Amino acid sequence: MISSVIVFPGSNCDRDVAVALKKFKIKNQMVWHNETSLPKSDLVVLPGGFSYGDYLRTGSIASKSRIIADVKAHAKKGGLILGICNGFQILIETGLLPGVLLRNKKLRFLSKNVFLKVINFNNKFCSNYKNKSIIKLPIAHNEGNYFANNEILKKLEDDNLIAFKYCDEKGKIDENSNPNGSSKNIAGILNFKKNILGMMPHPERLIDPVLSGEDGSMLFNSLNKIK
Amino acid sequence: MKITPNIVDKHGLKENEYKKIISLLGKEPNLLELGIFSAMWNEHCSYKSSKKYLKTLPTNNNKVIQGPGENAGIVDIEDDDALVFKIESHNHPSFIEPYQGAATGVGGILRDIFTMGARPIATLNSIHFGSHKNYKTKGLLNGVVSGIGGYGNCIGIPNIGGEVKFDSTYNENILVNAMAVGLVKKNKIFFSKAKGINKPVIYVGSKTGRDGIHGASMASAEFDENSDKKKPTVQVGDPYTEKLLLEACMELMKDDSIISIQDMGAAGLTSSSVEMASKGSLGIQINLNKIPCREDNMTPYEMMLSESQERMLLVLNSGKEKDAEKIFDKWGLDFSIIGKTTNTKNLVLNFNNEEVANLPLSALSTDAPIYDRKWKKSSIPKKITQQKNLKKFKIIDSLKIILASPNNSNKSWVWEQYDSTVMGDTVQKPGGDSGVIRIHNKNKGVAITIDSSAHYCLANPLTGAKQVVCESWRNLISVGSNPIAITNCLNFGNPEKEKVMGQFVETIDGITQACNYLDYPVISGNVSFYNETKNKSISPTPAIGGVGLIKNLDLMMTKNFKKKGSYIMVIGKTLGHLHQSEFFKEVLQITDGPPPEVNLFNEKNNGLTVKTLIDKKILNSVHDISSGGILVALTEMCIGGKVGAKLKIPVENISLHEYLFGEDQSRYLIEISEKNKDEVKKILEKNSVYFEIIGKTQKDHLELNKEFNISIEELKKINSNWFKDYFSESEKI
Repeated sequence: MISSVIVFPGSNCDRDVAVALKKFKIKNQMVWHNETSLPKSDLVVLPGGFSYGDYLRTGSIASKSRIIADVKAHAKKGGLILGICNGFQILIETGLLPGVLLRNKKLRFLSKNVFLKVINFNNKFCSNYKNKSIIKLPIAHNEGNYFANNEILKKLEDDNLIAFKYCDEKGKIDENSNPNGSSKNIAGILNFKKNILGMMPHPERLIDPVLSGEDGSMLFNSLNKIK
Repeated sequence: MKITPNIVDKHGLKENEYKKIISLLGKEPNLLELGIFSAMWNEHCSYKSSKKYLKTLPTNNNKVIQGPGENAGIVDIEDDDALVFKIESHNHPSFIEPYQGAATGVGGILRDIFTMGARPIATLNSIHFGSHKNYKTKGLLNGVVSGIGGYGNCIGIPNIGGEVKFDSTYNENILVNAMAVGLVKKNKIFFSKAKGINKPVIYVGSKTGRDGIHGASMASAEFDENSDKKKPTVQVGDPYTEKLLLEACMELMKDDSIISIQDMGAAGLTSSSVEMASKGSLGIQINLNKIPCREDNMTPYEMMLSESQERMLLVLNSGKEKDAEKIFDKWGLDFSIIGKTTNTKNLVLNFNNEEVANLPLSALSTDAPIYDRKWKKSSIPKKITQQKNLKKFKIIDSLKIILASPNNSNKSWVWEQYDSTVMGDTVQKPGGDSGVIRIHNKNKGVAITIDSSAHYCLANPLTGAKQVVCESWRNLISVGSNPIAITNCLNFGNPEKEKVMGQFVETIDGITQACNYLDYPVISGNVSFYNETKNKSISPTPAIGGVGLIKNLDLMMTKNFKKKGSYIMVIGKTLGHLHQSEFFKEVLQITDGPPPEVNLFNEKNNGLTVKTLIDKKILNSVHDISSGGILVALTEMCIGGKVGAKLKIPVENISLHEYLFGEDQSRYLIEISEKNKDEVKKILEKNSVYFEIIGKTQKDHLELNKEFNISIEELKKINSNWFKDYFSESEKI
């Protein structure tokens, strides 16, 4: 398994995710946004942060970066793409995932641990969550309020493309366990071929017991199982 | 232009100071030169009122690599690692424009850290607002918190807490103190002292605009009814550019291109160029036509006094310019060779092929005025109100009032707006006794805390200052760290008033006594005077940022109760001092009397003994007892651990109220499992530490004899609603 983390000006979780990939024995390389071609990769990671300062609209300028053409080609070939936080916002802006990410409903930045229910573990990112469907991960964002029209939402549900939903400790999914106002409590979604995952929570931040949890580890362990 | 007394006054310079300028120069300065003097001689940059006393602070021990005088202080944390840290105020700008004022405060302190070659690993804040009933408070609080978050979140440095306080003393002068901590290899530290003649002087970062002109002078004056008009003196921050500047500097610092580096903070290009050259006993020549400007037709005066953010000044080794430029080009930042070092010991500025200023550097730095201001001792506060008839205030009702008050309520509303987990090394998030950050790739950590107790300091500056240092030390002990050193931010009113100056002098004395005794030196800091509006000064507010080392993170401690059936023990003697306590303030509305005394021997002995117990792994949890006394500290341990407690209080010569709400110092609460009880007692007795068992932990209820029995869930709710109610946010969204 070889991965490439794309570094945009303003990315700030690039190192964190590289540390996680290395810890779970995935061979990783950092790729500067201005490169024109992607080195050989099985997995492309779009990290969290504030690419281009989040100016104009989160993820929008990054989605026009030079490397993105090759990232799209990689997606088309069925290559894996993981977008975390700002990476999810970039995936939406590139059109690789549907919907939009609005400002949080309370119009405030939100940094806290949240509970998530793994809705779909039949994909290459989440297979290890089969035996643990309620997990805890941190969120840290200002624009994570997932919104889409009813047609898209229905399609996401019918095709089982919702990867994670916000829930409470016991797995209850309702308004009280929704931190940012996302439609259907959506925290992460897959594309139709399930080779692309976009998610607001940060799995790379909880991969060690000393950091109060390791529920993020299972995502990287799912990925490193793939030959 | 002829310099008139009116122009001198507008530059914040006194008549005698202007006379001194003329005698130092042997001529009248031109307007640009006058502007440069005003930037260097104001209180904020020159420390002219405080220098005499700051010199008396203890600043050294065997851990200190760099004390005060550089961009930040540095301490050794073993294995070739060093920590760089400093605290700085951004009070005046934050009152005028809360979002940008607070944001650029964070930006400025971060630059102080990475200027020295360190990657920032944590930020914290101490922020003080007026009474929550004051009509300005809500907007200021909201603006400051989103400004701190807006800047720090974007750069991606975890914010691990600090303190948020309210008091009417800050109604017209809020305090925004920001602290940052960075990590550097001991042999890769960079300094601001320039070396060598004819070396290229480089400007990098953002372009220079007209923002922040005279910012430092503004921060060296009182406010009046026209303070709103000072808005243009507040800088506008761009955290995105700062992130690029951070990465570009880190990249350039990998090799030996840089001779010296200094960020352009207060007084911008003026103070950075003067400091670099004068520290190296050199001269410096700058061609102002080379300054990258954001706006057209900027004058030399505007360029030299602008406080535009995200800029750095470098002196490079000759021949390194091209490679350095490539790095800044990659990050999309300006890079301009603006001048060179000289042997003239003068600051020489050229513009359009003319010399527009020529000043001896010594006149701007070493010859700047130093004042020995008059001061008077604070009067010993008397106890006017006697402590009687406390019985009519039910313990449980009093506890509820304290827990629900703005100062004692849970601050998650604030902390959740700061990214506390980016960089993946946050071990203790905001809400504990200290924040804890793991040293990347290692199993050691650094504990950091910010503390202040302004109402203690107002009642008695000497005792109050000692207490703040001790509380900071205690907070570091409580998480299992060895306290190393502090940085201090000294917020006061107008030093030209004897009373204020007296508060300052006694505060320095208190800090000095405590730091000396605890071997806890001051390695950096900042003085903010003139926190005063219409003749009303703030309470003396020294904010202390303390840093400690946890050599082995397996031995880290937290304050949350871990299980039921453990013994709860108070370390240290409880005398029941209620004056200046939260109980008197919040429940009885009594504000007279002295703060609790500090016994430095007990402080050190109790603390070091608790640390020994933590290292022996025979404690389950530890919490320092501070504002609110035993009962508030205990409730916090219950809420954090979702564990209850059944209390049996050994009251002898004092009342139950005094025992539970008294704020005597040097005390801790600890949780001990049955099997460790005897060993803990033995060690405490051996070290002559006073202790008392006050009950046992139990399932989900806090109870005391017939007094009360209340669920932890309810206490948590009472403690966590204040901010949500204040901002009218109901539970549901």
